[in-house]
Amino acid sequence: MQAPPLKPGGDPQIIAPRTPESLPELRSPRRIRWTRRRIALKRFWRQYRRSKMGLAGLAILIFFIGMAIFAVVADPSGADPSQTSGPVLSPPSREYPLGTDDFGLSVLTLVVQGSKISLLVGLTASVISMSIGATVGIVAGYRGGAIDTFLMRVTDFGLVIPWLVLAIVLASIIGQSLGAIILVIGVTSWPATARLVRAQVLSIRERPYIERARALGASNRHMIWHHVLPNSMPVIFANTILTIAIAILSEAALTFLGLGDPTNPSWGSMLDAATEAGATTLGAWWWIGAPGVCITLVVLAFTMCGFAMDEIINPKLRDR
Amino acid sequence: MGSRRYVLKKVAQALLTLFFVLVFNFFLFRILPSDPVKFLTRGAGLQINAAEQQELLREFGLDKPVFPGQFIDYMGDTLRLDFGTSLTVQSGRPVLEVFTGFMWPTLLLVGVSTVTAALLGIWMGIRAGWRRGGYFDRTSMGVSLVFYSMPEFWLGMLLLILFSVNLGWFPVAGRETLGANYTGFAALADTLNHLFLPALTLTLAYMGEYYLVMRSSLLDVLGEDFIQTARAKGVREKLVLNRHAVRNALLPTISLIALSFGFVLGGAITVEVVFSYKGLGGLTYEAIQSQDFPLLQAIFLFASAAVIFMNLLADLVYGHFDPRVQEA
Repeated sequence: MQAPPLKPGGDPQIIAPRTPESLPELRSPRRIRWTRRRIALKRFWRQYRRSKMGLAGLAILIFFIGMAIFAVVADPSGADPSQTSGPVLSPPSREYPLGTDDFGLSVLTLVVQGSKISLLVGLTASVISMSIGATVGIVAGYRGGAIDTFLMRVTDFGLVIPWLVLAIVLASIIGQSLGAIILVIGVTSWPATARLVRAQVLSIRERPYIERARALGASNRHMIWHHVLPNSMPVIFANTILTIAIAILSEAALTFLGLGDPTNPSWGSMLDAATEAGATTLGAWWWIGAPGVCITLVVLAFTMCGFAMDEIINPKLRDR
Repeated sequence: MGSRRYVLKKVAQALLTLFFVLVFNFFLFRILPSDPVKFLTRGAGLQINAAEQQELLREFGLDKPVFPGQFIDYMGDTLRLDFGTSLTVQSGRPVLEVFTGFMWPTLLLVGVSTVTAALLGIWMGIRAGWRRGGYFDRTSMGVSLVFYSMPEFWLGMLLLILFSVNLGWFPVAGRETLGANYTGFAALADTLNHLFLPALTLTLAYMGEYYLVMRSSLLDVLGEDFIQTARAKGVREKLVLNRHAVRNALLPTISLIALSFGFVLGGAITVEVVFSYKGLGGLTYEAIQSQDFPLLQAIFLFASAAVIFMNLLADLVYGHFDPRVQEA
């Protein structure tokens, strides 16, 4: 997504990528920008497609996102204890492909419903974390000086705080709701992003097009929104993908410790319920196995996608 | 270790961060919604009048304004290592005493797992990076990524079902056989028997990260000019790897080990809960469940201080072995 290098006093054609389909419509700057972005995206996908790891991750993700959408649209309401007639704690059978829990609920239904909450928490928490991390990183890297020093000290502070302990304390203060869990994960996981973004901004700041924009009299606001942010986007995005993986694991750990929202069961709270019911000593492997496999697969998929993107953004990694 | 200026700068930074943590810890527990006096008296089932309530407030120093009165008290108490008494978990006992009692089992568990995981991860990382793209590389990469993606407590539950419940090879819960009163060698064997599964869980969970860091750091080093020089002057491949590549690649991994050892507590909480292993993790869980805030506050403080200390150690070691970072 990086703009082609500008030669001082170069001809205007060089501003837009010189591909046949983009040349005739060189009109407004906005047009040029969007054409350039579309082309960059296409190039990105062409490179991404070559990564087997990335494609496998994407396939798993599509499967689970489909499952979550199904859970929202179809709302399999088998989770109401009064409506169940299944045998209690039965191992997988034809009628109950993943067995049943201690209420006789189908574990398959629970897993499908859990996908909705687990993905929702993972995605929204990462959006919060990304917003804070990117803002701090960009401001620190772009402004430099005392602001940078201060923000980096705060970031260091955020990095050394044992996040699970903080999350536990916060969750027990704010109370047990879906919003609390999302907030807790979001505000404890941004420091790593902030550091990465800052490093990227520091390198962007030294590029010739920044000097050019400044020479043309661009305001700080323009610089950040039109040059720094768009050029940091790939790093931010790849990092967000990896953050989602961590957020889903964090959600599982917090809800497993009983800090989840009891009205919105996720994969983590299924594991909590199974433990409370003594599923480990009863040997009910299907009840414990199913949600755990789902968490592992989703986290693995996000990690694989993140690694694949990292390879495209960091050419140094590519020959590894 | 490093130039004096570098060491002083790092120590000053660590102290500043520690101060941040202290302030943060103070305010974090002041915004708690519950009133400690009501909490205490209700817990004991007491009815008290307004005068007695005032008396209690004064006793806890809660009649002073939050800032600066209570804050100064808090800083003073902390410096004197007085963290108050536990409210519910071990009611009436000093928090510090409760904490240190639970600390050693966790240090044992996390220490054993970190060392094993680091040795395994480093060894695998070296083998995989040296023959990049080979069979071992691809297999170990896949295995590491899968373990890295698992919630560690879930892995623990699986191991528990398989080895303790179904096969009966290991005890289902606890740190030692209750009421057995083993001595000498039998006590050691009993402890190890209880330690094995939780330690295995944490080892497998940590291993992936060390592996990934070691592998990528080795690949970085293998691309350096001095490796080519070594080969060009005819150094045997084995020596290129051991003397030139591995030595330089170990540094980032060692500093990661120091860092993750600082996160001792965070990592152990869920696993200790799964195995009912009585350590700091289990203690934290109990403190949350019964809302023992003085205890939680101390746990939070010690957990942060451990990370800050290990972070400082990692920085100093790194600066000693790689003086280039002292410039940055």
